[in-house]
Amino acid sequence: MSRFLLYSLAGVALFALGLHALLARDHLLRKIIALNVMSSAVFLFLVALAYRGRPEAPDPLPQAMVLTGIVVAVSGSALALALVRAIHAASGRTTFAEEEGLE
Amino acid sequence: MRPSRLHSLLLIVPVLGLTAVLVFAVLSLPAETGSLADGFDSRLHEAGASHPVTAVLLNFRAYDTWLETGVLLLAALGLLALRGRHDLAAARTPRSHDPVLGWLSRLLVPMMVLVAGYLLWLGSHAPGGAFQAGAVLAAALVLQLAAGAWSVPALSVPALRVALSAGVISFLLVALGTVLAGRRLLEMPPRLAGTLIVLIEVAVTLAVAVTLAMLFAGARPAPGGGNDR
Repeated sequence: MSRFLLYSLAGVALFALGLHALLARDHLLRKIIALNVMSSAVFLFLVALAYRGRPEAPDPLPQAMVLTGIVVAVSGSALALALVRAIHAASGRTTFAEEEGLE
Repeated sequence: MRPSRLHSLLLIVPVLGLTAVLVFAVLSLPAETGSLADGFDSRLHEAGASHPVTAVLLNFRAYDTWLETGVLLLAALGLLALRGRHDLAAARTPRSHDPVLGWLSRLLVPMMVLVAGYLLWLGSHAPGGAFQAGAVLAAALVLQLAAGAWSVPALSVPALRVALSAGVISFLLVALGTVLAGRRLLEMPPRLAGTLIVLIEVAVTLAVAVTLAMLFAGARPAPGGGNDR
């Protein structure tokens, strides 16, 4: 299996794992971690794309996109964590109200 | 079985379906392809940075980086809006008397500042640059926050506002300059590109470091309980 296939399929697998956790887990912190796993998977895939077919001179464009994406993901995660803390402070819960019917 | 366990098992089916579609898409990608960056190598010497990723980030696709600094500012504003009237200065930790933390922060913080400066300079010809340096600087600030040796200034302090918006403002000034000089937006002249890139990177490093440190400080509980309001 070529290196591109290895890394890109690993990215797809990670994305699927993160997506399942995002949908199946109730706790808000788990959802945030799942979103981070999904974004890391997308970054892995983008970097794999940069190396596709040209190992000696990787394409700089997807790498720059990943750098931008990492910063955006960190800021978004920080804001999401602050929101979780606000939800907890306001209601004492760490899940969404409508999902508690499933428990 | 509990409803939530059944729920999570049932979800495996559509997620596996999506995975199959994605795997098929990946396997059917052509082995090699052209790229938007194909013409970059010949123009790299005009870009002001000899590392292709830095040149792309701060010259060829500078508009995207500008918007990225805007996203950082937006996250900081969102956090400040969440905290309401309480300034982040209220979340100050008392100065720690832990000897290990004190010794470690005194040892590490100067080195981190040095590493951040080095990464900033390195970005012009090797992997590095503003965001990496800003992240290391943010880590130094977080260490100081944890040790109680520093706290985020109140929002009324102008220096905090300048630092938070430094990234956006530096890009704005360069963009205004290029437009007023009759060029396209953010089309930097090759002679000045190197200098402009360094100036923008310094501002972005400051903005990233202060924003990330503030995002950390703002998410911590206020002293005297876990309530934010």
